[in-house]
Amino acid sequence: MPPLGPEDRIRGEGDDLILYADLGCPQCAAAWEEIAARPNRLAFRHFPVASKHPRSPALHAATEAAGAQGRFFEMVDSIYGDHAHVDDPHLWARAERLGLDLQRFEVERRSEAVAARVRAQFESGIRAGVTSTPALFGAHGPRR
Amino acid sequence: MIAAGEPAPDFTLRDQDGEKVFLSDFKGRKVLLVFYPADFSPVCGDQFSIYQEVKPQIAEQGVELVGVSVDSVWAHKAFREKLGVDTTLLSDFEPKGEVARAYGSYLERAGTANRTLVLVDENGMVAWTHESPHPAEFPGANVIFDALGAR
Repeated sequence: MPPLGPEDRIRGEGDDLILYADLGCPQCAAAWEEIAARPNRLAFRHFPVASKHPRSPALHAATEAAGAQGRFFEMVDSIYGDHAHVDDPHLWARAERLGLDLQRFEVERRSEAVAARVRAQFESGIRAGVTSTPALFGAHGPRR
Repeated sequence: MIAAGEPAPDFTLRDQDGEKVFLSDFKGRKVLLVFYPADFSPVCGDQFSIYQEVKPQIAEQGVELVGVSVDSVWAHKAFREKLGVDTTLLSDFEPKGEVARAYGSYLERAGTANRTLVLVDENGMVAWTHESPHPAEFPGANVIFDALGAR
């Protein structure tokens, strides 16, 4: 399991908590509010299971593109907060509400670089033995 | 459970399209038999979905993934479609669980296979096996990659 590094999306203070999540996964959406509220330094790592949730790769790319403009966790909160509305027009509306440069958002979310970042984190999850989402890891191993 | 070094028992099972599949069809290639309890049961869904995501990397190692459960061919067809996966699924239906039994993967009380992985090499010999401690826990893809000595 790669330790927290510069590629990670991190929010909060406290003991490290690494989350592998799928933005298309209903269980992750249901668990997000509670996980996000924990007194931890939370790292969100991408784990889209595309065959199960075909929309997931696009959602993960959207969060990375939002992150490039400093709004990563806001986009995650937004997606999990309204899980029924995740088509492109909904993503654009979210991006607008977050004050993002829409054109830049569009270009970046469809870029190879973003896809590669998401894929790299997914593969780190595979190597760590993630078999379903959400999957949480603390300093001493898997957590609930 | 069958052990590495033993010959893999031959079998003839039908796949999700009703086509006969012989173990000997895979001679010259490696095949990873994925025994699992049942289509549509909660954990199975994630198992094949996860494997689907890394199927190209597994194929790169010259390994074909084949699932085996006691479900009928029609259940297999529907399961694949529902999950959006293209792994071949074989129906160990009649006699029920005969192939799972031959590999030491059948749970008599449950009437289904346990979650086990059996890697058969190009010569039809068992190269490696993995048995889940219980059916609710499925082997992550990392277990497969470790066995293949990949990455």
